[in-house]
Amino acid sequence: MSTTRTLTMAAAIAEAISQEIARDPNVFVMGEDIGKYGGIFGATGGLLAAHGKERIVDTPISETAFIGAAIGAAAEGMRPIVELMFVDFFGVCMDMIYNHMAKNTYMSGGNIRLPVVLMTAIGGGYNDAAQHSQCLYGTFAHMPGLKVVVPSNAYDAKGLMTQAIRDDNPVLFMFHKGIMGLPWMAYFEGSTTEVPEAAYTLPFGQAKVVRSGGDVSVVTLSQMVHKALIAAQQLAEAGIDAEVLDLRTLVPLDRAAVLASVRKTGRLLVVDEDYLSFGVSGEIAALVAENLDTVALKAPVRRLAVPDVPIPYSRPLERFVIPQVDAIVRTVRDLMDARQPARAAQ
Amino acid sequence: MDASAERKLWMYEKMIEIREYEETMAKVYLEGKLPPAIQKGLAFDIGGGPVPGEMHLAAGQEPVAVGVCAHLRNEDTVVGTHRPHHFAIAKGVPLKPMTAEMFGKDTGLGRGKGGHMHLFDPTHKFSCSGIIGASLPPACGAALAAKKRGKDWVAVAFFGDGAANQGSFHESLNLAALWRLPVLFVCEDNKYAISVEKSESTSVPWNASRASAYGMPGVLVQNNDALEVFRAAGVAVERARRGEGPTLLEVKTDRYLGHFQGDPETYRPKGEIEELRRNDPIPRLGEHLRQQGLLDDAADKALRERVSARVAEAYEYGRASPYPKPEDALLHVFN
Repeated sequence: MSTTRTLTMAAAIAEAISQEIARDPNVFVMGEDIGKYGGIFGATGGLLAAHGKERIVDTPISETAFIGAAIGAAAEGMRPIVELMFVDFFGVCMDMIYNHMAKNTYMSGGNIRLPVVLMTAIGGGYNDAAQHSQCLYGTFAHMPGLKVVVPSNAYDAKGLMTQAIRDDNPVLFMFHKGIMGLPWMAYFEGSTTEVPEAAYTLPFGQAKVVRSGGDVSVVTLSQMVHKALIAAQQLAEAGIDAEVLDLRTLVPLDRAAVLASVRKTGRLLVVDEDYLSFGVSGEIAALVAENLDTVALKAPVRRLAVPDVPIPYSRPLERFVIPQVDAIVRTVRDLMDARQPARAAQ
Repeated sequence: MDASAERKLWMYEKMIEIREYEETMAKVYLEGKLPPAIQKGLAFDIGGGPVPGEMHLAAGQEPVAVGVCAHLRNEDTVVGTHRPHHFAIAKGVPLKPMTAEMFGKDTGLGRGKGGHMHLFDPTHKFSCSGIIGASLPPACGAALAAKKRGKDWVAVAFFGDGAANQGSFHESLNLAALWRLPVLFVCEDNKYAISVEKSESTSVPWNASRASAYGMPGVLVQNNDALEVFRAAGVAVERARRGEGPTLLEVKTDRYLGHFQGDPETYRPKGEIEELRRNDPIPRLGEHLRQQGLLDDAADKALRERVSARVAEAYEYGRASPYPKPEDALLHVFN
């Protein structure tokens, strides 16, 4: 039996990387401030001291060059992990990410393998405004060619990162700043979990029922899992039994788990910190809509997400646009009160 | 370092092969794209014929490809541009699967998913991209991989003069110099970024001078000449193999055809192409070989017949190969 201890999500990610560096000479890390600093959000903490400058490479602020270099190195059989500090910065290097990393395998008819992990910080909640607070996982999940991993806690993060490094395809690994367990940013303590010391993998495309319930399915991911769990606790006190489903990966998406949960409860609320329109919440809603022949809904589908505005700076404004616990509770109560769509149409 | 007799003859044969390949493609490409076979009222239909889509040909630019690739081994990596055929041929990419890819066939390098701007041959370590300036960062990565593995392999990024105004150029030069990566940055200056002349887009007369900003040698080859490119590239490749870092090499070359086939080329001064073709690098190298006693009429004829057969065979193969099944479009998003 492997020993476990309690780790923050940041420490769990760093441990996964460290173990894979020790295991495979082709693995190395590149990015801004990932060496001496240990990553702005701690995802590479301690790695430089443990593995040295050949494996842990600080880069210039040249995202096109070093993410493009990761593509070139991966095509040669290396397994680079590159950190893009904030997902909001993808605009400066999107061509390398989307026209090359995501498409070269396809355009080569499967002749090219690109085992790159691109990890990046997402999310708001600490008043960093519109250029440092977005999630954008929906944007990357929308475009074919990248696997998209969005963990909610330390245990999942370690297993999913190990899986990501061993995957022969490009993987976008997106960690929410507000669950990394940083000593300088408030976080949801549920994200700090028991983590086995030994390396392990978690398969992609397997959502997890983090709270079982029979009245309503709350489908969510990343930091919102924790808000949903708090909301579910409050709802339980009011006699409403919510199921919370953590998607864990968007590409591949565990469609079966979503449908199984909604078939059971007959009600769906999607809670998402990304933008509302054309994104993850719409995709989940569409999935259910396309399966209404086998899913009996007791109420219309509801979505909570950022209402199609950039993330504002001021605290009351930001709190208003990012879904909060009270909004989840309120929306679920509305759902429970809602009449069946068939009756509503009469 | 001057080229050996063997390398000179190799460059000569490859240049002829590239030229014949491109001139054949210029004809094949027009099949099914001209009246009366197309929609009434159109002068040209880019989506018609057996080789649809855009087509960027490199006739005239052969010295850049052969002068550099003559120094390379199979383990060395080449990343080309949207105008990639001359680089691919010089790097040893086999003509048949390359041509089949342009016909969109299942036997193509990418099983018909890439087309002429997106040729991937991991066996011969060649790739390219349809995005301007996109060759440099991945070439840095290939060089980084070689360095990390302790190999003396080098990587070459080819790009045009238009790409030297992209951020990727400047980021990559800095990164490669900083990390002393074994990479050659080879700028093909054919004077035009599609229609915009270099003098109207670039703040310095020669991009080679930009190397000094990044602490690496910048070398300008003024003539579209395979032997001159060979000499300059030799110094740069050896420097890279010795672990001394990157070089920026700029070659003044000539594009004989349009930016793409079907380009009206209204931006070209009248008579320019005829003028450029008078400086054709292929007969010039042939004349040099004859003077050196390395080539005579019989050998030249045999060589040209050999090349013609190879090229014709590749086009026949591309034409005759089967298309992929439509539903194969769903394959290969991931490995």
